[in-house]
Amino acid sequence: MPVRIGVVVFPGSNCDRDTLHALDLAGAEPVALWHEQATLDGVAAVVLPGGFAYGDYLRAGVIARFSPIMRAVAGFAAADGLVLGICNGFQVLAEAGLVPGALLRNASLRFSGREVAIAPERLDTAFTHALDSHRPLRMPVAHGEGRYYADDDTLDALERDGQVLFRYVDRVGAPAGPGDPDNPNGSLRAIAGVLNRAGNVAGLMPHPERAAEAILGSDDGLGIIRSLVESAGRAVGAGTTVGARSR
Amino acid sequence: MTSHRYAVNVTPKPGILDPQGRAVEGSLGHLGIEGVSAVRVGRRVELTVDASDQVAARAVVERLAAELLSNPLIESYEVELLGEASSTVGAVAGMVGEA
Repeated sequence: MPVRIGVVVFPGSNCDRDTLHALDLAGAEPVALWHEQATLDGVAAVVLPGGFAYGDYLRAGVIARFSPIMRAVAGFAAADGLVLGICNGFQVLAEAGLVPGALLRNASLRFSGREVAIAPERLDTAFTHALDSHRPLRMPVAHGEGRYYADDDTLDALERDGQVLFRYVDRVGAPAGPGDPDNPNGSLRAIAGVLNRAGNVAGLMPHPERAAEAILGSDDGLGIIRSLVESAGRAVGAGTTVGARSR
Repeated sequence: MTSHRYAVNVTPKPGILDPQGRAVEGSLGHLGIEGVSAVRVGRRVELTVDASDQVAARAVVERLAAELLSNPLIESYEVELLGEASSTVGAVAGMVGEA
């Protein structure tokens, strides 16, 4: 039976349909979850999709963070449930303190909508294990507030503890630092995606769901979606999902 | 119950790159203005709180400022009391700083 994975829909989400479609392609049974829900309907994993939740007013992600469903998401994450935030979803996770750091206005002050290359730092995580190598993955970014920021001590700790999940890379696969044109927003240490300390919550600015089939120009993103679906399936099989436990 | 009008001034913390501030600074030459530096662009939020007294009102504003209006990783804030009135009716219009 396909594993049920929830996609949270906030007012202003605009990548929820693409994400539901990509999850379907990866073999899951995708379920849309409205932001006013107080429960997650027993799904095995949750995706916070891209968009402009609440118009990105005040700071991107901050108002969505206080949606009723986010209390359930935080509880799910605390109980080892798998949560992936994409673009605006990453901003929501960062504002909620579920992943470290903050996403600031792009250094260019311009919205960045283009294809980038990101390389996975680790292939042994719930979000990357289906990737076959550290080969750079091509997929789009589309954001105005994506410059990853944390203080130096935090950045050192993230690198030491294996919490950097993806980095923007240049043509030869080397990390693209803040001043490099292959870094679309000026992210510190080229960070495009991070993990929480426990490894069950991840966020990234690029859009794997927009690069999930060849007709879109790249299917490099599907490996990330498939990793999540397979990890969620394993969690269900082992009876360790939060939903399974609470029934 | 009294109404208290506050402002919360949110600014990027020192050391955080502020591209908006930099862009403003870069434009000063076009105005023929010299001698201005270290421009930082923040945000100001004004609000009215109904509470039993000023201490209670301030506690609400502090919580709001810390949890919602600013992100402590990247921003700092200052709470500023603009004025108060004994009833909600007409409170806003009559307050200091409400031109």
